[in-house]
Amino acid sequence: MGQTIIEKILSSHSGKEVKAGDIIVANVDLVMGQDGTSPLAIRAFNDMNGEKVFDPEKVAMVIDHSSPSPNEGVSALHKLMREFSSEKEFKLYDIGEGVCHQLMPESGKVGPGKLVVGADSHTCTYGALNAFSTGVGSTDLAAAMISGKMWFKVPETIKFICHGELPQGVYAKDLILHLIGDVTADGATYKAAEYTGEAVRALSMEGRMTMANMAIEMGAKAGMMEADEKTLQWLSNYTNEEFTAVSPDSDAKYVKVKEYDASKLEPQVAMPHRVDNVTGISNIVGTPIQQAVIGTCTNGRLEDLRIAASVLKGRKISPRVRLIVAPASKQIYIDAMNEGIIQTLMEAGAAVVTPGCGPCVGTHNGVPSDGENVISTANRNFKGRMGNGSANIYLASPATVAVSALAGEIANPREISSRKVV
Amino acid sequence: MNLSGKVHKFDQNDINTDYIIAGKYKFKTLDMKELAQHVMEDLDPDFYSKVTPGDFIVAGNNFGCGSSREQAPLAIKNAEISAVLAKSFARIFYRNAINTGLPVVECDTDQIDAGDRLEVDLGCGIVKNLTKGIEIKAKPLPDVMIKILRDGGLAAHFRKYGDFNIG
Ligand code: SF4
Repeated sequence: MGQTIIEKILSSHSGKEVKAGDIIVANVDLVMGQDGTSPLAIRAFNDMNGEKVFDPEKVAMVIDHSSPSPNEGVSALHKLMREFSSEKEFKLYDIGEGVCHQLMPESGKVGPGKLVVGADSHTCTYGALNAFSTGVGSTDLAAAMISGKMWFKVPETIKFICHGELPQGVYAKDLILHLIGDVTADGATYKAAEYTGEAVRALSMEGRMTMANMAIEMGAKAGMMEADEKTLQWLSNYTNEEFTAVSPDSDAKYVKVKEYDASKLEPQVAMPHRVDNVTGISNIVGTPIQQAVIGTCTNGRLEDLRIAASVLKGRKISPRVRLIVAPASKQIYIDAMNEGIIQTLMEAGAAVVTPGCGPCVGTHNGVPSDGENVISTANRNFKGRMGNGSANIYLASPATVAVSALAGEIANPREISSRKVV
Repeated sequence: MNLSGKVHKFDQNDINTDYIIAGKYKFKTLDMKELAQHVMEDLDPDFYSKVTPGDFIVAGNNFGCGSSREQAPLAIKNAEISAVLAKSFARIFYRNAINTGLPVVECDTDQIDAGDRLEVDLGCGIVKNLTKGIEIKAKPLPDVMIKILRDGGLAAHFRKYGDFNIG
């Protein structure tokens, strides 16, 4: 019987042929925690009488969620992480380095066939690199730091085939929002997603990471993609390791196959307060906004900033709007400076904040006020997500967010020269 | 393991971890008693004060979706809720609940209303609705999870074996 990508990776890491439904213990190649989850993991580690981490090269922690620290409570937790990582001799990415889901790929330790667990639900992002990576909680993280292992139920896989070519002004973010709107927030719970088809193959690595990142928003354990020349080329910027691509067998078994025509898509927006509350832009243009956010582990990469800059170049955002930009990593920030992107964004009126999660999760960096509407490139729009339960969050692509910041209301990036933005 | 208490019903599906405990609190402290006071706050500002120890949270589909924060099951547990019953759970929440020793019961919750008194037998997977005089069958937990729950959570399991022992 043929295997899916995930069945193959779990087989190679557990030393036996596995199939969906099996419960197995597998070796992990990388274990990651961030500042919202690591403090509890450290407590669990001690509670388990843990002494050493299984391999300091394969453990990392990132301070990105509340970074730099906004208050003493957080400072104490950050200190705990600094002390623990230095004592156990593994790498801690401190303030300003970036979002964990950009830093792990940039570390060169994630690639085809690898198995990564992270105490952050968007760890599924590295499926874009043909790795099986998934989010776990703090106690699971502690167990993995000690043992280098994790138990899994091998998931069934849903295959998403995206045919055709994305039209101009329509991006990976629009495609994944459309898929989530279609299958709903729990449409893939306990399962893995495998994205394929020419629309997916045509995406840049950044675009692929955007799609894999949001697999969790349909409940999926992972968002897998095949590796190709682009994948290997991208990885060669960060590591010399030779990877072997993991492809699904032609007779692999899928629990469901969904097909989409990307060429028919218009820009998409997820409306408050659910990620699967998705609509086409034309149904929602004109909704006033007070804050716009470009960044996060979904859309804070160089390509995203470049797209935003191309929309904003030589223009000014609406005086009614605050635009916050958070580059996903320090490297991206530097590259964006070298390309003049940061200058363009700032001249247009953006406030650029420390590389990291930015205002995504409501800990700092731009909490909206009561009744305000925010349009963001993030992956979640739950009530209270950005720190205020009385604000409304709309999710969209960097192009849509940028053009909306100019217009002061939700606007269509395909009508960039419309009256409102010039 | 028998649990009994009254029901706090949340009718909606997809109750996410931000509703269970908002990010603005969870990043600040490891004091779970403090977090417990804010549990479910965005859905019901007075929720914490309504709970009598041993009560149940009862919900629809996909309970606990969203982030991987273990503070979500811990805050519920520290609010002295004895178990969460839902039609289905998000995967990470389900793992985290078992790992931290909060029982989760997957069953048809349509026949349970706010204020009903329940008796839950985790071992047999039976939910008795004492108010309505009916019995509801729950979906059994996988063996691995029963083993981890019996050991008192994953930390206790590791203290006992120093590694995974679930073969
Ligand atoms: S950017 Fe947002 S979604 Fe991504 S890891 Fe940070 S808080 Fe989570």
